[in-house]
Amino acid sequence: MLVDCGVGSMDDEKAASGSTVTLEEALGPGSPVVLFDRVRLSFDEAEVLSGVSFTLLKGHTKLLLGASGSGKSTILKILLGLLKADAGVVWVNGQRVDGLSEEEMMPLREDIGMVFQEGALFDSLTVAENVGFKLYEQTRIPLGEVRARVEEVLGFIGLAEYIDRMPSELSGGQRRRVAIARAMATKPRLLLYDEPTTGLDPITATTVDDEIIKLRDLENVSSIMVTHQLRDAFYIATHTARRENGRIAVVPADEAKVGEAEFIMLKDGRVVFEGDADDLRTSQDEYLQTFLS
Amino acid sequence: MLTLLERWTKAALGDLQTYVLLAWRTLRAATSRPFYLHDVVEQFDVIGVGSLTVVLLTGFFTGAVLALQSGISLDQFGARSLIGRLVGASMILELGPVLTALMITGRVGSSIAAELGSMEVTEQISALRALGTDPVRKLVVPRVLAGFFMVPVLTVVADFVGIAGGWVIARFQLGVASGVYWSSVTEGLFWQDPWVGILKPFVLGFVIVTIACHVGLGVSGGTQGVGRATTRAVVRASIAVLAVDFFLTKLLVFLIY
Repeated sequence: MLVDCGVGSMDDEKAASGSTVTLEEALGPGSPVVLFDRVRLSFDEAEVLSGVSFTLLKGHTKLLLGASGSGKSTILKILLGLLKADAGVVWVNGQRVDGLSEEEMMPLREDIGMVFQEGALFDSLTVAENVGFKLYEQTRIPLGEVRARVEEVLGFIGLAEYIDRMPSELSGGQRRRVAIARAMATKPRLLLYDEPTTGLDPITATTVDDEIIKLRDLENVSSIMVTHQLRDAFYIATHTARRENGRIAVVPADEAKVGEAEFIMLKDGRVVFEGDADDLRTSQDEYLQTFLS
Repeated sequence: MLTLLERWTKAALGDLQTYVLLAWRTLRAATSRPFYLHDVVEQFDVIGVGSLTVVLLTGFFTGAVLALQSGISLDQFGARSLIGRLVGASMILELGPVLTALMITGRVGSSIAAELGSMEVTEQISALRALGTDPVRKLVVPRVLAGFFMVPVLTVVADFVGIAGGWVIARFQLGVASGVYWSSVTEGLFWQDPWVGILKPFVLGFVIVTIACHVGLGVSGGTQGVGRATTRAVVRASIAVLAVDFFLTKLLVFLIY
């Protein structure tokens, strides 16, 4: 069944080819998990997003770069339905979401994980209760099974021994990793990261980057990461995770894998660059060069 | 260019609109699934049991000082024996509901605004929504239910303790016989009075908690914003308590007397 998602105006090329997206295509291999089409948003008189368009394919990564206030985090909030766009079309996991109410968005959020800037852990709950929050609150899964899943997820990110601690007892890096564990506990197909390494030292930031890479490559989760930490963005774009002799190793990625991570540079609510790591490095654009330097 | 007055009016109307929307969403959420029973019970304990001490003390001293002050005035007319009537009617009709509501505003309203405000500025509210949990159902409904049902209970406690405080002064300082005092309390009341005294706290409880939740969820500007919100919640809810009490009293007098 063909479903017209209204992407005729997405960009000139797609408009020219008369592109329509089927639900099957949206969910199938190599198909868009996220479609953002000419999205606009203003707060009072200030325009935050001015016709932003991009596509995220299944298993791929988008790295949104830009100065503070350029609209990066706003994009994530629109994808999750935390903010409503004034205009434009947004598809997530095969569903058009831009016109949905808060209640209609709730079930769709089950398939999206979000890691907030400072972790946004619930400070009155333990690490286990934070990570298993969705499973405890919204499912009828027996408590023992939820606990087992929480232990599994915390083991994956190497924080199993912190399961009964309170968030206030964790370091900044540990809090971000617990936030990642919480986001992945229900095995979502899409993970959104809002500045996950901001404020962390380079070594701790690398451990967070490794978790993002592991989730992408071993769990096949599509991801969008907002950051202005170039080091972390390039590290994630140019590394891959694989299992070697029963252990997980993060190693430099081959060219094809590097091509699956795409950078988007935002400036004043507009996309001023879209391309892979090499395109970004070799760009002659003055603004990009200033940003990269 | 908007003038200062236009900006203020626009902000005030916007605030009123979001408050009404929140109150409406709360009513809808309170009457449909899912319910967070554990949170409801917890809030009944925090708001109800947790406020008992402050309400007991406030009620007792209010009744006592009322007896003390009015005893002097009543003496001028040789009507000291009517002191129970004055204390009982004042406590049940007005002072019990309003003072209890104001105490709850200070203790609970500020705490709710600070708690929800802190969650807002640390993105915990957004995280709740991102995890598929409606903050209104999870955070607002349990608090509003607790306010709605516990403020009347606390008011009854305050009424009783206040009248008892009046009896202590009447009996041991003013020398009014206990029997005279207690029969004066019951004789001084119309049958409608207890209804007025018990209906008002339901509305006041709802108003206090919804205002505190609305202010808390609307916090911006980091920890400074949380501080401002706490003050704002107490000021708005206190004024609302007095205003709603006036209009509600007029309505109830019109309807049931």
